[in-house]
Amino acid sequence: MTDLSNSTPLAPPRSQWLSVWDQLKKHKGALMGGGFLIFITLAVLLGPFVWSLDPQKIDYRSRDFRPIYHLLFDSDAKAAWGHPLGTDQLGRDGLANILAGGRTSMAVGWSAMLLTLFIGTLVGVIAGYFKRLDGPLMRLTDLFLSLPILPLLLVAVTLFRQPLRANFGPEGGMFILIVAIIGITSWMPTARIVRGDVLALKEREFILAARSIGTQPGAMIWRHLLPNVISPIMVSATLGLAAAIITESALSFLGVGFPSDFPTWGKMLADAVQRMEEFPERVMLPGIAISMTVLSVNYLGDGLRDALDPRIRGR
Amino acid sequence: MLTFTIRRLILSVPTLLFISLVIFLLLELAPGDPMAQVPLTVPPEVKEKMREALGLGQPMHIRFWKWLVQFFWIEPQVLIDHMFGTAYSVGDLRVISWQTRSPVMDTVVQRIPQTLWVVGTAYIVGILIALPIGIYSAYRQYSVFDQCGTFITMIGFSIPPFFTGPLLIVIFSVQLGWFPFIYDTTHVVNDWDSFVYQLRQMILPVMVLSLQTTAQISRYMRASMLDNLNQDYVRTARAKGLSESVVVMVHVLRNSMIPVVTVIALGMPAIFGGAIITEQIFSVNGIGAQLITALFANDLPTVQTLTFIFAMLIVFFNLIADILYGLLDPRIRYD
Repeated sequence: MTDLSNSTPLAPPRSQWLSVWDQLKKHKGALMGGGFLIFITLAVLLGPFVWSLDPQKIDYRSRDFRPIYHLLFDSDAKAAWGHPLGTDQLGRDGLANILAGGRTSMAVGWSAMLLTLFIGTLVGVIAGYFKRLDGPLMRLTDLFLSLPILPLLLVAVTLFRQPLRANFGPEGGMFILIVAIIGITSWMPTARIVRGDVLALKEREFILAARSIGTQPGAMIWRHLLPNVISPIMVSATLGLAAAIITESALSFLGVGFPSDFPTWGKMLADAVQRMEEFPERVMLPGIAISMTVLSVNYLGDGLRDALDPRIRGR
Repeated sequence: MLTFTIRRLILSVPTLLFISLVIFLLLELAPGDPMAQVPLTVPPEVKEKMREALGLGQPMHIRFWKWLVQFFWIEPQVLIDHMFGTAYSVGDLRVISWQTRSPVMDTVVQRIPQTLWVVGTAYIVGILIALPIGIYSAYRQYSVFDQCGTFITMIGFSIPPFFTGPLLIVIFSVQLGWFPFIYDTTHVVNDWDSFVYQLRQMILPVMVLSLQTTAQISRYMRASMLDNLNQDYVRTARAKGLSESVVVMVHVLRNSMIPVVTVIALGMPAIFGGAIITEQIFSVNGIGAQLITALFANDLPTVQTLTFIFAMLIVFFNLIADILYGLLDPRIRYD
């Protein structure tokens, strides 16, 4: 054992995350997706401080402004730098609304994604680790997978709206309701993936070693299993974020989402559909915002999947 | 194969029971008296009958049982009566809508063909486009076709139907004027011209719905083909001197279809969800539009029935996928 006397290694060990980052850097789409995601998150977080117009302020005198780029091909267009993305039929500023709506959509997306991950990982780890619970939990997952998600979402949102609104205020109640319902109805893919990985990990030697020194199940899951299933969890996190943003917008589009004076991307799109022949940009802008966010998240997920897979990473 | 099918059929019964329980409990746990929203114009004796139909005031499990009986015993009887002119269901209490005060199933039967027609065509079109794209982009991996395909499927993945719908309407109905943007469900096909009109009015909804299906399925098809193309049996097949088309289209394709069939089946809930939105955009009066109207009118019996019908459709298509799975992969049958 004399070899171990040299207690300081010559070079620091290369962290796993460094090589993940190296691989991710090679994936152009993932880099652009991640960059756009950070940009849009910062924009909706900090934007309202920079662009401080109130999104709810009704100003009839300056209604129906076109976006500023209309001046490029139509110099008579009703547009002004005061409202770079135009205003709606009540004179509410387009840019301020996009920022405020993005705040809601991103907040719902992130919270619903975290809840989905929590439930999915919990069910997946328990089902994979405790053999007795595996059968029932996986049967339950299969049952949830055959639920008609959107109809159930619609029903639940409509029925539980009133009491939550009374307890947490119109916006807070709706936020809790939508996040909870998306979380409850979309944890199944995560649970399945995590369970599969835990089942495979359980057969490995380091788990046997950990068990032989008397590690308790709790510590075993927390210290040995969870760090090793982090990569599939991260991939399903990106998918969950995209799905949650789309679901929230779909609910708003169908008119069962947030209260009517509270902007979200889905609601802005839905409100603009009636007059989209005259003002197509009011449909396009929130629609593009949703699509670009989801597209960037999907590309990031695609790149992460490659980067976190050690079999691909070497190449 | 027959025992396999029967086993799967029996397995779907507990699934349906679980789903009906979830729907029932959801409506049950929702706060507030379900009769509170009934308009005052409803006469008291009708209200009493509605209470009776709902079984209000009885314990929860009895009400659940009564609903099951109404749905699985009385409604099929009505159907048999209707088809053969018998009178099994006379005097039985059916599920009554609070909006129309007529049996819910009568409206559903009128509306379900529209939904199935649009959704079914969209799904089939989507699959028919997706499979060749997936096969070819896997066969020529990293070619220009593959790169374009990946980009387009990513976009198809990311643009939600409630955006593509208005977008396509603006482009094809408003600007170009090629297709009508309202789906006319009263349209009857009886000659060539009306058939062409039916085709034209179906193109936009089908396009919106099938865009997402195409994106998803072609992604999976590509991944699954790539997994199989490097297998040893492919080399063996080529070494035997089989032609390239036989190797790809028979040997590889059949094996790659196995996971894709699961994806096709698991996509059913999403496509019915998309159908609700599409029906809303194009004013198709299918069961999705009916669900939305019923929800806003607080018509709980209709909501309950429709949600359950959606669940039944999903379970039914899952069953078909399971059977196809067994056909494609003989190993599954003897599990």
